[in-house]
Amino acid sequence: MQAIQLQWIDYTILIAYVAFVIGIGLALSRYMKTSADFLTSARSIPTWVTGLAFISANLGALELVGMAASGAKYGISTAHFYWVGAIPAMIFLAVFMMPFYYGSKARSVPEYLKMRFDERVRALNSFAFAVMTIFASGISMNALAKLLHSLLGWDYNFALFVSSGVVLLYVLKGGLTSAIYTEVLQFFMIVLGFAPVVYLGLKDVGGWHSMNSALQTVATNPAAIYLKDAGTTYAPNAWTSAWQPVLAGPTHNPMGVDWFAMIFGLGFVLSFGYWCTNFLVVQRAMAAKNMTAARNTPLVAAVPKMFFPFLVIVPGMIAAALTTLPDKGYRIPPPVIAQANYDKAIADVKNANGADAVKIIGDDLGKKVDAGKITSLIAANTASKLTNTQIQQGLYNSVAENDYDGVILSLVKKYCPAGLLGLALTALLASFMSGMAGNVTAFNTVFTYDIYQAYFAKGKSDAHYMWVGKVITVVGILLSIGAAYFASMYNNCMDIIQLVFGFVNAPLFATFLLGMFWKRTTATGAFLGLFCGIGSSALFHALTIAQGNTPGIKGGYLKVVSTFPSEMAQNFWLAAFAFIACFTLTLVISMATARTKSDADLKGLVYSLTPKIVDNNAPIYQRPAVVGVVLLIVCIILNLIFW
Amino acid sequence: MGLDIRWPIGLMFTLIGALLAGFGLVKGSESVSLGININLIWGAVLLVFGVLMLLGAIKGGKTPPSA
Repeated sequence: MQAIQLQWIDYTILIAYVAFVIGIGLALSRYMKTSADFLTSARSIPTWVTGLAFISANLGALELVGMAASGAKYGISTAHFYWVGAIPAMIFLAVFMMPFYYGSKARSVPEYLKMRFDERVRALNSFAFAVMTIFASGISMNALAKLLHSLLGWDYNFALFVSSGVVLLYVLKGGLTSAIYTEVLQFFMIVLGFAPVVYLGLKDVGGWHSMNSALQTVATNPAAIYLKDAGTTYAPNAWTSAWQPVLAGPTHNPMGVDWFAMIFGLGFVLSFGYWCTNFLVVQRAMAAKNMTAARNTPLVAAVPKMFFPFLVIVPGMIAAALTTLPDKGYRIPPPVIAQANYDKAIADVKNANGADAVKIIGDDLGKKVDAGKITSLIAANTASKLTNTQIQQGLYNSVAENDYDGVILSLVKKYCPAGLLGLALTALLASFMSGMAGNVTAFNTVFTYDIYQAYFAKGKSDAHYMWVGKVITVVGILLSIGAAYFASMYNNCMDIIQLVFGFVNAPLFATFLLGMFWKRTTATGAFLGLFCGIGSSALFHALTIAQGNTPGIKGGYLKVVSTFPSEMAQNFWLAAFAFIACFTLTLVISMATARTKSDADLKGLVYSLTPKIVDNNAPIYQRPAVVGVVLLIVCIILNLIFW
Repeated sequence: MGLDIRWPIGLMFTLIGALLAGFGLVKGSESVSLGININLIWGAVLLVFGVLMLLGAIKGGKTPPSA
């Protein structure tokens, strides 16, 4: 992709945003008096703010880049990450789990585990979580730096350091409150920055119905736009129906998943594991000012979350639809190819003779190429000399691979004039920063309270922990940079995040489910169950592979016992397997070991031993159970509309 | 915390909205996408949103941050 020139108006918008974000950090810094102020916001923030921060913390690279990528690759089925995944889990968190998190006065999810079980469970969870946040943050930063590099021509390393420098500055000044406040700002920035791009894209493709009919062409022959291997074909509704293709079986939908993996693996294990136990998001609710506010936080978040597919998935669908319409002059961007490779290929197009010209040009570009398009490009050049620019455009269109992560950018570039471009770019920047800041603020809390205070320096002064929290903020950002390079090895960052969540989070939800709802669960049972659960995820990954992948980093490196139709199916089944392993082991070992905590110790930590919260005094729209049911009904209606 | 987040949100979107709409108004030819002056229209939307946030903050009764 060619670098584009920003005008002064674009830079002004970008700088205004960065100035406001840093300004919020500075304005809050005078309230940062204790480590609790810095790391947990001292439980003081109103519901609508924690609610919007709750989704914004998750609105990083995963959401905007990854979801648009998946929208192009898989169509509306991607919305299952919302309508089957996030929403039910968020409602469950609000209604059933928040009372224990907030009521126990724990400062973090690992600390809750220590109260409910013992130090071992906390240690295991806090270390695993620390690693995971670093990876997630690294993915965000990698995506951001790649974006700034390809869009603005900035140096990758420069982009990485400048953007993380901004995050560092406001998080260091205003702590968690600063992260939460800027997340709210980012939420509006992202929604208002992307809405016009979606609108313009839909207008260009001819409206919703035209998009759907173009996507039917995609479904019957996805190889035409290099989405799948030649010969693959699906029912016409494979990109436009959310459920029918999944119910028809893994060979009938582009995700290659079956309904069980979708509902149990994604809907139950992965989503509940993520939304209900991931401290990154739970931390936002724990910062709320009281129990009602804490419980309503995920519910407030669920309302916009439910409609996010229209903002983040539809752009990918628009991109796939546009690619099939030749007069639009658009294609899903191919992987970035260096200009030197293009130059070599251009020379070879000019000198082409003989049957192996296509192979030579393909080797020049270093990518799979469409032989038919290369041949006609050579023919066109022979008939009448084309300019280098025309040949390069022809080569660009002939690359038979897609860089799905580039989808969102290519649309922004196509539709945004100066001004709007600055706004959309700022929105993208905001999403990456919020992902980064969210992870860093979760990491510093867990590291300071659950690793440093718990195992390295007990009983120091609060000022000492505040100082450590700040140092760890810096360390966290530095570690993330290392993780950014790992992330750059994958072409769709979505899959890697799911993989990491599968390893760490999937077994974890089994531990919470048993721990919160069955008082007989013992610490030894929880620890060994969780330990083996994570181990079994890793083993499952080492023994299985997705079709088309070679054994190695993508699985199957010990031995290929089973092959899945897609990476996504592999991830969902991995999660399901890890959950079942952890659940069964925790259950069996708990039965075999003695309880170390009495009923009195577990009051406020286990469902059956905690007095139920009576909401009858609150107005009906503030009762989590009532609101939760209403949201669930709306969510079911959305599933039916896109059935 | 003593800072009402509606202040910075309101101020920022009022500023960006005004900038964008102003740019659309002055440089109409550079602001067109698919035949509509998207900068002017969307700038106005942002401006309205920003002003509403500011009104909310004023009605909320908290003073703007002195910093």
